[in-house]
Amino acid sequence: MSNLQDIPVVLSQRSGSDLPVLRERGQREVFCGLTGIVWLHRKLQDAFFLVVGSRTCAHLVQSAAGVMIFAEPRFGTAILTDRDLAGIADANDELDRVCISLLERRPEIKALFLVGSCPSEVIKLDLARAAERLNERLLPQVRVLSYSGSGIETTFTQGEDNALKAFVPIMPQTDARQLLVVGCLPDVVEDQFRRQFEQLGIGPVNFFPGRRAEDVPSIGPNTQLLLAQPFNGETVRALTARGATVLAAPYPFGVEGTTAWLRAAARAWQTPDARFDAVTAPLIKRASAALERYRPQLAGKRLFMLPDSQLEIPLARFLNREMGMALVEVGTPYLDRQMVSEELALLPPDIVLSEGQHLERQLDRVRAARPDLTVCGLGLANPLEAEGLATKWSIELVFSPIHGYDQAADLAELFVRPLARRERLAV
Amino acid sequence: MQLTLWTYEGPPHVGAMRIATSMRDVHYVLHAPQGDTYADLLFTMIERQDRRPPVTYTTFQARDLGGSTADLVKTAVAEAYERFKPKALLVGESCTAELIQDQSGSLACGMNLPIPVIPLELPSYSKKENWGAAETFYHVVRALLADQVPPPGTPRPARAEGRRPRANLLGPTVLGFRCRDDVQEIRRLLDLLGIDVNVIAPLGASPDDIRRLPDADFNIDLYPEVSRTTASWLQRNFGMPATRVIPMGVGATRDFIAEVAQLAGIDASALLASEQPGVAGFSSSLSRMPWYARSVDSTYLTGKRVFIFGDATHAIAAARIAKEEMGFTVVGLGTYSREFARDVRDAAKLYDVEALISDDYLEVEQAIGAAAPELVLGTQMERHIAKRLGVACAVISIPIHVQDVPARYSPVYGFEGANVIFDTWVHPLVMGLEEHLLQMFRDDFEFHDDAAASHLPAVARDARPAAAPDAVAAAEPVATAVATPEPVIAAGEPIWSEDGERELKKIPFFVRGKAKRNTEAFAREHGLATITVETLYDAKAHYGR
Repeated sequence: MSNLQDIPVVLSQRSGSDLPVLRERGQREVFCGLTGIVWLHRKLQDAFFLVVGSRTCAHLVQSAAGVMIFAEPRFGTAILTDRDLAGIADANDELDRVCISLLERRPEIKALFLVGSCPSEVIKLDLARAAERLNERLLPQVRVLSYSGSGIETTFTQGEDNALKAFVPIMPQTDARQLLVVGCLPDVVEDQFRRQFEQLGIGPVNFFPGRRAEDVPSIGPNTQLLLAQPFNGETVRALTARGATVLAAPYPFGVEGTTAWLRAAARAWQTPDARFDAVTAPLIKRASAALERYRPQLAGKRLFMLPDSQLEIPLARFLNREMGMALVEVGTPYLDRQMVSEELALLPPDIVLSEGQHLERQLDRVRAARPDLTVCGLGLANPLEAEGLATKWSIELVFSPIHGYDQAADLAELFVRPLARRERLAV
Repeated sequence: MQLTLWTYEGPPHVGAMRIATSMRDVHYVLHAPQGDTYADLLFTMIERQDRRPPVTYTTFQARDLGGSTADLVKTAVAEAYERFKPKALLVGESCTAELIQDQSGSLACGMNLPIPVIPLELPSYSKKENWGAAETFYHVVRALLADQVPPPGTPRPARAEGRRPRANLLGPTVLGFRCRDDVQEIRRLLDLLGIDVNVIAPLGASPDDIRRLPDADFNIDLYPEVSRTTASWLQRNFGMPATRVIPMGVGATRDFIAEVAQLAGIDASALLASEQPGVAGFSSSLSRMPWYARSVDSTYLTGKRVFIFGDATHAIAAARIAKEEMGFTVVGLGTYSREFARDVRDAAKLYDVEALISDDYLEVEQAIGAAAPELVLGTQMERHIAKRLGVACAVISIPIHVQDVPARYSPVYGFEGANVIFDTWVHPLVMGLEEHLLQMFRDDFEFHDDAAASHLPAVARDARPAAAPDAVAAAEPVATAVATPEPVIAAGEPIWSEDGERELKKIPFFVRGKAKRNTEAFAREHGLATITVETLYDAKAHYGR
C-alpha cells in the first residue's frame, strides 16, 4: 500500500491555479459522522437521533456530549447484541419495537432519524426500508428518516451532509423563486443573514435545515442555493438533481468571504450595486475594525491544519488573506473540488494541500515544521501542547458561530486565544 | 437490540485501551474503522494526559472492505513496532472489525516480532469495558509470567529474615475512579504499617515490572472489576494470597488494615487501637470524618434517604459508609457490574433493599423515581436522572466526566478518602438551617422548593421548569408513567382531593416524594378512594417521618 502514497496529484483548476495535492492513506485521527448528532440535535429541536449500532457508537456520542447533563436527551443508540447478529432476533422487528417504545416515552418528537453505523452497515441492515416501514405506521405524527453516520462511509461533518440529504426526497416541489441557504448555522447567524438578505431585497429566503425537522423547505427549478458549509456536497448534488442551481461563491468566513457570498445572491437577485454597497459598507467597516485588533497577533504566524471537518480550506483562505498567516500545510479529510473551487482560487500558489491522512507521517511533518499554531483534534491537542506546540482544537470551529460579518472577529479570536494564553501564563 | 440513552460502560476494547495506556512500553494495535480514534479523547481530555495513548488504529474505510483489511492489520503492526519499539504488543479488534473476522491476533502472532505479542479476544456484542480491562490485564500478566509459573504444589519461599513484607497493588488504571490518588493513599497506609509496595499494576507498570509480580508476598486487589481475575490467577499459580476488603470508608479501612496485617504477618494493633469506633475523635483518628459525622451539625443527616448505584466495588463500599458512617438510610443499591452481581445482592440484604442489577439506564431511572431518595450517589449517568427528578447527587463511580479527574488530591480510599467522601456527599444537600426554614415558611420569594439550595450556584432546580415547557406538557402522560417519582395511578387507585394535594405541597420537596408514596400506600391498605388532608396525617402518624 505504501507505494501508492505520497504521489502528488496535479489538480486541474478551472481558475488556473494548479495546486498539487498530497494524498495519503494510513491511520486517520478523525471523528465519524455520528458526531454530527451533537450539534444537529440542538438545531432540530423536535428531532430524535437513534443510532443503530454497537456500544462503541453509544460510547462515542455520550463521550462527546455527555459532559452536559440532560434531563431529556434527544439522541440514543439501539445497541446490537449477539442475538441480533446471530439472527435469533429479527433485527427489523427489534428495531420497530425499540422505535415505538422510544416514541411512547417521547411523544413530543416529530422526526426520528435512524442513523446507520459501521456495524449496521457491515451486516447490511437496511435502515432506509425500516424508515419506510415505520412511516407507514407513524405518519403524520412522526416522520422517520434514515442516513449513514458510519466511520467507514463518513468523516465528522459528512454526517450533517447525509442527514440533510435524507430530507431532499421529501421536500415539496415548488416552482417559486427562492434563495435556499444550505448548511446548519447557529440561530444568531441565521437571523443576521435573514436581516441582511432583506435589506438587499433578496427573498424569499429559506434556511436548510430549519429549526424544526417538521419545517421542510420546498425545492424546484427556480431555487437558487447559497452554500453556508463546505461539507454538504452530497446534499447539494441531490438538491441540484431536483432542479436547484448553485450560486458560485466562497464561504461566508471573514469580511472578504461574507461579502463575496452575499454578492453572489445580490447579483442573482439583481440588487443594484449602490444598494449592495450601502447595505454592506457599514457592516464591512465594523467587521474590519474588529478584525484589526487581532491581525497583529496572527500576521506572519505559521499555521498547520490537520484534517477534520472540510472547513480547513475556507478557514485557511480567511486566515491567510485577511489575517496574514502563513500556511505550512492545509489538510482536509476529503477534497470536494466542486464545493471549494471558489476557495481554491483564492489560496496562495505555494500552498501544501493534503487530502486524507497518514497520522504518524503528518505528525512528523508538524514536528519538523514547528508551526506557530497547529489546528488539530482533541486526541492530539494536549499531546502536542506537551511537546511545546501551540494548538487550536478544531471541533470548536464547528460548534461556534463563525459565519458572517459580525462573527469574523470571533473567528479570528478563536485562533488568537491559544497564542494569547501562552503569553499570559507564567506557570 | 437494546435502547440505550446512556451506557454505563464502553465497549471491551476501551477496557483494553485503559490497560495499554496505564502501562509503559506496551503498544496496542486495534483493528477498527475510521472514527474509533474518538477513544483517544477519553485519555487526552477526560484524563488530561499529555501524550497520545499507545494505540495504533487501522482505521479502515468502506473502500478497504474489498479484502485488503487483513493487510491493513499487518501494515499497522509492522509500522507500530518499527516506530514505537514497545516491549510487548497487544493486538485486538473493535466491534466492527469483529464482524469482518480478519483474525488480527493470529495475523500479528504470525509476523515473528521479537517481542511478546498478546492477541486479545474481546467479544464486543456481549461483554463491556470493565470485562475488557480485566481480561486484557489477565492476558498481559499470564503471557509475561507463563515461563515463571512453578510446578503445582511448590510451596512459596518464606520471606527472608529482616526483610519488610512486600505487596503488589493490582487494578488501578487511567480512567478508573480516582485511582491516581487512591494508590498514593494506600501506599502511605502501607508504609505506616511497615509494608513495601513491590509493583503497582497496570498503572505505571512496564512489562519488566509485570515479570516482578511474584516477588511480592501478597496482592492487594484494589479494583476487583479490573484485577480480580488476575489476582485469582496469581493465587492459583504462585500461591499469592490477595486481599478482599476494599479500603473505602473509615470502617472498611480499619478492616483492610487488619486483613493486610494478617497477610503480611505483622502487628497492627497499635494503629487499630487509635482507630476504635467512638474513640476516633478529632485528634486521635487519621481521618476527620468520624468526628465530622458525630458533630451536631451532622445530626440532620440522620435517616436521609439515599439511592446508590455504580460499579460493584464503589457501590458496596458506599452503602456501608452511608449507613454506618453518615447515618443515612439506604433506600436503593445497585450496580451495572453483572460480574459482581452476587456481592451486591449480598450487600443489599444488609440494608433490606432489593439489589438492582442492570445496565439499562431507563431501569435505573425508574428505580430511583420509585424509591424517592433525597440523595443519589451514582455515576455521571445518575446526574442526568437526578437533574430530571430534582434530587441532590454526588458521583461515586465510573463512568465519569472531566470534572471527576480533579487537579487536587482526591482519593476515596483510606483515611483521607473518607474526608473527601464526607465533603462530597454532604455538599449537594440543603444545609441544616435552610432545611428547617423551608419547613416553616413555604412561600418565600427567594427561598422556595423550586430554587436550588442557596449554597449552590443557582442552576439546577431553577432551570428545570424552563426546559422546553411545551415539550414537557405534551410529554406529561407518558413521561409520568416512565420516570417521575409519582407512581402511576391505575383504575381503582386512591385519588388526591384538592385539600390533600395542597397540604402535600407544604411538605418540603426533598421528602415530599416519600410522603406521597406512603400516603397512597396507606390509602390503598385502608381501602380509601380519596386522599384528604386527614389521610395525609393519618399516614404520617402511621409510618413516622
